[in-house]
Amino acid sequence: MHGRPRNPSKPEDEEASAAKASKLRALQSQFLHNHHSKLYDKGALELSAKLLEINPEFYTAWNYRKLAVEHCLSQPGSDPESILNEELRAVEGALRQNFKSYGAWYHRKWVLSKGHSSVDHEMRLLDKFQKADPRNFHAWNYRRFVAALKNISEEDELKYTTDMIERNFSNYSAWHNRSILLSNLLKRKAEVFPKEKILSEEYELVHQAIFTDPDDQSGWFYHLWLLEQTVTKDAPWLISCWPASGSELIISDSKSASSCTASPLSSYFSDGRVEMPVILYFNQAIKGVNTSTVTVRSVFAESKDLVWRPLSLSNFGSAQAWVAFLKFSEVKIDYSMSYEVEVSLGDSSGIVSLNGCPLTHAFQSKFMVRFQQPDSRNTDGQNIGSISWEDSNFQNYEGGPEQCNIIPPCIQLKMAKDHEPIASKWQVDILMNEIELFRELLSAADCKIGKLTLARLLTALDTLMLYNDTSNSCQMRHTEEILALYTDLMKLDPSHSQYYREEHSLTFLRQVSCSKENLLRYCWLYRNSALSDSRNLVCLRLNNLSLARVGSIENLLWVQMLDLSHNELRSIEGLEAMQLLSCLNLSNNKIKSFTALDPLRHLKSLKVLNISQNEIGKHSVDTTRYLCSSPLSHTEASDWRRSGLCSTDDAQLSKYWEAFLVFRDLTLVQLGITGNKVVNEDFRSFLLKILPTLERLDDTNL
Amino acid sequence: MVELAAEKHVRYIITVEKVSYSIRKLTCCPDPLPQYLQKKDAFESVVMEHLRMNGAYWGLTTLDLLGKLHVVDQDEVISWVMECQHESGGFAGNIGHDPHILYTLSAVQVLALFDKLNMLDIEKSVLEGQISAFLVHDDLILIHRAEKNYALGLRSTLTLYSDIASLQNEDGSFSGDMWGEVDTRFSYIAICCLSLLHQLDKIDVEKAVNYIVRCKNLDGGFGATPGGESHAGQIFCCVGALAITGSLHHVDKDLLGWWLCERQVKSGGLNGRPEKLPDVCYSWWVLSSLIMIDRVHWIDREKLIKFILDCQDLEQGGISDRPDDAVDVFHTYFGVAGLSLLEYPGVKAIDPAYALPVDVVNRILLPHD
Repeated sequence: MHGRPRNPSKPEDEEASAAKASKLRALQSQFLHNHHSKLYDKGALELSAKLLEINPEFYTAWNYRKLAVEHCLSQPGSDPESILNEELRAVEGALRQNFKSYGAWYHRKWVLSKGHSSVDHEMRLLDKFQKADPRNFHAWNYRRFVAALKNISEEDELKYTTDMIERNFSNYSAWHNRSILLSNLLKRKAEVFPKEKILSEEYELVHQAIFTDPDDQSGWFYHLWLLEQTVTKDAPWLISCWPASGSELIISDSKSASSCTASPLSSYFSDGRVEMPVILYFNQAIKGVNTSTVTVRSVFAESKDLVWRPLSLSNFGSAQAWVAFLKFSEVKIDYSMSYEVEVSLGDSSGIVSLNGCPLTHAFQSKFMVRFQQPDSRNTDGQNIGSISWEDSNFQNYEGGPEQCNIIPPCIQLKMAKDHEPIASKWQVDILMNEIELFRELLSAADCKIGKLTLARLLTALDTLMLYNDTSNSCQMRHTEEILALYTDLMKLDPSHSQYYREEHSLTFLRQVSCSKENLLRYCWLYRNSALSDSRNLVCLRLNNLSLARVGSIENLLWVQMLDLSHNELRSIEGLEAMQLLSCLNLSNNKIKSFTALDPLRHLKSLKVLNISQNEIGKHSVDTTRYLCSSPLSHTEASDWRRSGLCSTDDAQLSKYWEAFLVFRDLTLVQLGITGNKVVNEDFRSFLLKILPTLERLDDTNL
Repeated sequence: MVELAAEKHVRYIITVEKVSYSIRKLTCCPDPLPQYLQKKDAFESVVMEHLRMNGAYWGLTTLDLLGKLHVVDQDEVISWVMECQHESGGFAGNIGHDPHILYTLSAVQVLALFDKLNMLDIEKSVLEGQISAFLVHDDLILIHRAEKNYALGLRSTLTLYSDIASLQNEDGSFSGDMWGEVDTRFSYIAICCLSLLHQLDKIDVEKAVNYIVRCKNLDGGFGATPGGESHAGQIFCCVGALAITGSLHHVDKDLLGWWLCERQVKSGGLNGRPEKLPDVCYSWWVLSSLIMIDRVHWIDREKLIKFILDCQDLEQGGISDRPDDAVDVFHTYFGVAGLSLLEYPGVKAIDPAYALPVDVVNRILLPHD
């Protein structure tokens, strides 16, 4: 019941309602009798029409009429014209009662697909309905159906949406249909519909809507779509990789690295493992990374022996980030040598976006690898697993920028061969023009869509220019203004403040990570004063920054130690690409469940994890239940329990399956988990069973 | 602030559903039913008879969320549900009506609530001559019926799984019944049903997912068919189907999340499309979608709770679409389910994809001892 007032019923109303009810009940039971007895005579048909006029949603009666039509058409000497006309009339009668009736609209489609009725007739009917209710989605769906069936041109239908919008711009349905039609026309008839010209005209049209009433949402999403069309390329391309092109990498075993003298940012602690990740990071999720699409040349491994793995939470073989491990064990290492590794991709078209667009911008990267000789005196030295995150253990990182090889991806790309400018002049012109217009709008009125759109336009412009700038620096020019806009929005529209807070965090992280100079401000040298530990671990400390979201991961692939504590993180999506991470502090955030930690499953190097003081176990609703690998979404094999261990009893496993799925493949040595509601003695005993490598749990050495 | 009038809602549901099942133990309602609850058939209830199966699901799930499922006569409900099963395997909205996938889902969900999905297996077991395992008193009616069907030679057609699977079209979409109407609602239903029955392998999941992805729009939402306008109900179906098949990577979570969170209007309520009025039912469609893509914190929880509670009929029970409108079981369910998604105290947690209490879904899909 929609929109019916809640009146206390009067006795006479009840009587009337009961009388109507018994009449309808009689009709329904007579109808069901006719249906079951397959009676298709005139009287029975009229009865069903009468029933449908009162109750168009009585779907069995529409089925009955279809059976009746088929029966009548099969009789010798039948008149299809009149039989089908009768159906069209029945539908019109029902739609007069309820023009949102699914059954009635479908019955009409069914009649039309029998080749009946005329375009004119249907269009007249539609005009009538669409004038009465311009937002009726049944009518719009039917309109698209008729247009396709009768080959009405997309240009004509586009004209119809223009008319509707000009009559009243507050018609989201018309804007929607316009986006569908234009998408097709831009693709199929590019010569008549050149993108640059069409987009400019469409911006004009949507400005009229937004500027007339900025609070009306009808044009909002269309404008955002135009912005996407302006800046986004369908084709995927590589935006970052690790090791960075041109870098020289020193591989040392963390257990014996006490005499490491090299810059810590160019060291990779292999921690006793004899392999090293190579990470490729694309601008969007792609599929098809494998040994035939990516060539790796080195003495360590033949390209064909590498296994490329997608780093994503789903199991569908697509991801934005991919990893393969170079194994050193096959080679007798000469510690005085530097080994060259070359990674190239783009020679084949096997790498494609989810829409099937092939990779653009072929990419080639070369880096050098040297090995640090193990120090025989210290083979049983401290393990990495005694990390304390207290402030006193961190010192400002003094190594100057010249010593390190953090290379922001934008510079990497400029150095790569065959790099063409990413942005065209028309794209920049459009953005500049839009920015100017929205600044004008905001000078006249303080409106949320104005601020939000301006923030998005400035972000888009900065991102475009990042790769276009010919100088060897990368700066986000408008960051301060964008951050201020999101701060304003949080106050202006408090209901959606978390949305703006997350955009704020993403903008902030773009700024922090876009240049070496900015990043180094957040890099600290870790030295545990309590243990005379002289390892040179560099920690990226992004703690206490009110971060509500992590982002710009493509710029952080080199990070081995990360402090994200004392923020407002609910999710760590994206962290799965940080394959070098060995120490991670997520304490004092808003993580609500183990399923939210699913990205950690991919971090095979992770040894030290702190997730204490979060909200795990506190909530009855799990918002990441379907964003992780789980039996509920059929992304976890049905025999998931058997993989791994047998010492755990099934009752615990059923109770803590989310924790099991995150931790079972990790080899953590240190875990902080206190201050979460889920933690009790039973849970701790479960953790000890599924994490046999653990040496320290909270404050207890094991 | 107004609180949830849980007892009144339970009583309201029992009253409106009284035709199809009776009250076994009215622990929540000690006195005889008050006069106003004993009125004659209203036109509004007769006009809804074709979807009584949906009504049963809405009412019973609400009772379960409020911890009162035990007040209904389980045997009576189940034998009524099974009477609605058609010889093709699918279920009708009521006894004697035609089968349609819309009602098959509700039937499966009701059986799941009572932990009686094995009812559907009994048919199969009888056919395969393996009845002994199920010989418990409750099931005798079913066994009897299955034997009757067997005698009638319905052996080859009588399986629900193959009936649902046969509705999948070449392009991956699903029809609602033999007459061929196509809609992403039916994709969700088929996927949800088959997953609850552990039979997803009976369909081409990849094609089903690809069809849903073809229905994605500029705003990140989904329509009924390719080109159809985004609508919160349709978005729930598509996001739910993608969630159940582990395919949420096809959703642009930030874009769709922004569209969905902008459904919250000044009053705190949610609408289903831009520039439409708020309605309690979108507390389910929008919220469950926001939860599945982990963006529910982008709306104002307190304001929405207040809007739902303001739609209660505090005297006679039930919840309406908007404050002061007439209540019905559909909006009562969506209001209570919405409160459940908002972690309102005293309401059991509901699963956002399967639209069943979390304990029911876990019982079916997670392995147990």
